[in-house]
Order: sequence, then C-alpha cells, then structure tokens
Amino acid sequence: MKLDDLTQHTSEWLKGTGPHSNIVMSSRIRLARNLTGVPFPSRASKQVLVEIMEDIEKTVPKIDYLKKAIIFRMSALDNIDKQFLVERHLMSHEHASMTEGKALVVSPEEILSVMINEEDHLRIQVMQSGLNLGETWKIIDMIDNNFSAKMRFAYMPNWGYLTACPTNTGTAMRGSVMLHLPALVMTKQINKVLAAIAKLSFATRGFYGEGTQARGNFYQISNQVSLGHSEQDIIQNINGLIRQVIEQEEQARQALLVQNRPMLEDKIFRSLGVLKNAYIISSQETIELLSMVRLGIDLGIIKKIKNQVVNQLLIMIQPAHLQKIEGKKLSASARDTKRAAIIRERLGGLDV
Amino acid sequence: MLCDVCNKKKATVHLTEIVDGQMTEMHLCENCAHEKSVQMEQQFGLADLLAGLSDFGKQVVDQQQEKLACAQCGLTYDDFKKFGRLGCSACYSSFRDQLSVLLKKIHGSNRHYGKAPEPVSQFEKDRNEILRDLRDQLEHAIHTEDFERAAELRDRIRDLEKGSGEKA
Repeated sequence: MKLDDLTQHTSEWLKGTGPHSNIVMSSRIRLARNLTGVPFPSRASKQVLVEIMEDIEKTVPKIDYLKKAIIFRMSALDNIDKQFLVERHLMSHEHASMTEGKALVVSPEEILSVMINEEDHLRIQVMQSGLNLGETWKIIDMIDNNFSAKMRFAYMPNWGYLTACPTNTGTAMRGSVMLHLPALVMTKQINKVLAAIAKLSFATRGFYGEGTQARGNFYQISNQVSLGHSEQDIIQNINGLIRQVIEQEEQARQALLVQNRPMLEDKIFRSLGVLKNAYIISSQETIELLSMVRLGIDLGIIKKIKNQVVNQLLIMIQPAHLQKIEGKKLSASARDTKRAAIIRERLGGLDV
Repeated sequence: MLCDVCNKKKATVHLTEIVDGQMTEMHLCENCAHEKSVQMEQQFGLADLLAGLSDFGKQVVDQQQEKLACAQCGLTYDDFKKFGRLGCSACYSSFRDQLSVLLKKIHGSNRHYGKAPEPVSQFEKDRNEILRDLRDQLEHAIHTEDFERAAELRDRIRDLEKGSGEKA
C-alpha cells in the first residue's frame, strides 16, 4: 500500500457505526512511550534520531498486527502528503515539521498509527468509530505489549511511563472522544457544558485537533490527568462524562424538535440545498452546513443519506485532500471550486 | 493597579493571552481571575503545567537547584523550567525531588496505578509492591512529622530502587 492508495480508502473511524454514533463520531486512545538509554527526540542529535527511527522501523514488521503496516519517512514526503496525513488524523501538525529522523507507521484501515520521534519516541494511536473506548483500549494495549516485549520502555514503578512532558507521565495515555453537539450549540447551552467539563479536568478541542477551535459543532473531549489513575479508571471516567454529555445533547435535540420543528427542518434542508448546488464554497461554510445535514440524518429528517457520506466529506474537503484528489497543487480559490464540485458529486444524486 | 474587569479591587493576577497571534495583557483581581481561569481551562491544558512550574520555581529556587543537571543528558533543571520538556528518561531520577512536587501539582497525585511494561519478572512485581508500601509509610511519617522514621524509610526506598531497572 502506498500513500496515494489512502485517498481511495475510508478510514475505519469514519464508518459512522458503533455505540451512540448519532452523536459520537469516533473514539481514540494514544499512548506515549520512550526508549531507555537515549535522549528524548527534542534533545537527540539528527544522527541519534535516525538510529532510533531505524530501530523502531525494524521492530514494526515483527509485530503481528503491524505486518501489513506502511512506514512513511517524513523527510521523503512533500508538504501536501504530510498535510494529507495530518488531515486524516493519523499524525500531529508538529510531526510534519523538522522531519529528520521522524516517521509514521499506518496500519491498513487506518485503525492504528505510530508517530516515531514526535515529542516522544513512540506515540501509538488507535481510532474506532462511535463511543468505543473499551475496544480501542484492547487493541492498543495489545500493540503496546507487543512492542514492549521487543524494546525496553522507560518506566519507573512509582511514576509509570516516563515522557518528555510531565503532563503525560504515568499511564501516558490520552483518551479522546469526538462529539457532534449541534443542539447544545443551537440552544446556547454549550458553554455551560464545556465549563463543567473543564472543571472536571478534561480538555475540549476542535475537530482538527490540538490548538484548533471547535468548528461546525464538533468537539473533542479528552482526559488531562494521566498519573494516579489506572487506564481502566481513566476510560471509565471519560465514558461516564461522555454519557452525560450525550444525554444533554439528546434532550436538547428533542426540545428543538418539539418546540420548533419547522425552524429545524428549514435550517437542515437549506443547508443541504446549498451543499447540493454551490459552485464555490469555503471549508468553514462546508463544515457548518455538513453539521446541519448530519443532524438531519440523526433525527430521521433526512432519510436517504448515510452518516458515513457526511463523515467522509468532512475529511475530503480539506486542502491537502482536495489537492491529492486533483493530483496537483491548487490555489485557495481553485480549492473552493473543487470542494463544491466534490460535494455536488457526492450529495447531488441522492434523494432526500 | 485596579482590576481590568471589575475596576474595583486590586489586581493581583497578571495574565498574557495570545489569540490568533494578537497578544493582550490583563490585570485581574482574585475573583475575576478565578472566573477567567474557568474559561481558560477549556482552552489550555498546558496552563496548569505552566502555573505549576512558576509557582514551584518561587517556592524552592536556590543557587544549587539552578545548577542541578541530569547526569545522563546534561539538561539543567533551569532549562527544563524554560522549555517544559525533559531531556531523557534519566532526568526523572536526576530531578526526582523537584518532579515529585511538580507531578503532584499537575496530576493531583504522584503515584502510578496503571499498567507496567511486560514482561516484568515476579521479582520486580514483588519489589514494586514493597516500594509502594514503603512510600505510603513515608508519606504518613512526613504527615505526622516523624522525620527520623521518614529518613530511614527514604534510605530504604533509595536502596531498593537502585537495584531496579530504572537506571535508564
């Protein structure tokens, strides 16, 4: 499998299935791991970084689950390719800069990825569709065990896994859940919910990861604390919190339906109308309109479009994806035209 | 200086915010700062860490600590305070006392309860149990100001840890 093949695939986490998939888009867990006896990436020379990368690259094919995985060396990729991998949530923005000695491992179906030499030597990530942290943990726990049978990870009994940043020390685990909360936004309750989440030491981010604003009503919630609780406890805490947020969103959706169904239907069908007919459209507008269409599907107001189509579009309409599909570099205005064309093609033929 | 928000109380908290590349400075009283921090927390996870770091710096900075450096990678504790990143896994042993305080500030705990790398031998498992127990006792001794006992426990913990795989 090559990088270009990924453009033809739908990532597993975008399938729009799994528990609570009407509100929860995806679940993700990442583990940070470091090797002993060598400096962390930020303190390592280029030569040492390359040695560490080669070491890990050699270990990857020895792990059953990763036999068919592909390894991309960052220094061999152009900017669009790197951006493309970021847009697919397979790696961070940081991983795309200062590329010497950095690599990315991606499993088929894009369930698992491993960033080599980002902030830590290994950043292992597993993504699943829907609210599915339990299953996600099972997979990543197994991969972690397989790695640690072959490489010695930095660990202290009292402090757990040792990471470059002390905010990750301990389990070195970050569990995050991507939620679609349009009704809480429309009923202006979202800030109350977000404030409560922050008080409980959880972080909220936007759809496009760290440092991004929430757009199109998509919110990513993750744990902040990694030391003092077991992985299972952390997952349980996230699940408990997410279930409450889901309940709030469900209630808000019902309230909207009962109080003002015509307004809601109008908003949803206008959104779909614009998406089906626009010839120039920005990504910001697209995300906002797709959010409304998704809500329409979840409420049964739009019947013949699947959530998966909306999920796929959310990824495909990003700049690097448009350019990969077109096969060449596109200016911002050319992208707005190409974006509209792809959306018309995907949604145009579909009845409501 | 009065608080920028309520304009009534004395500003004791000084905040620099960067939004879309625009830097703004705010001077707040304690009450308004508390309200602001709730909003901030949603946006910045790292703010906790930085707050922890600077607090910690004020409390215990002395000449020696400024020069404290990791035996393996050479990172000084001062560098760590500036960049917020450690240099290698051995830094955790080199800055043990400082990090113990810092980890507690960040996570509300400085004791790991999660998984351990496999394979861990039965010997290591037993030792980890004993260590955990000794540390509980140490905490209790410090709490009850039984410093003689605390010193004794600390030495036993150090000895046990030396025989472990955390030399990194």
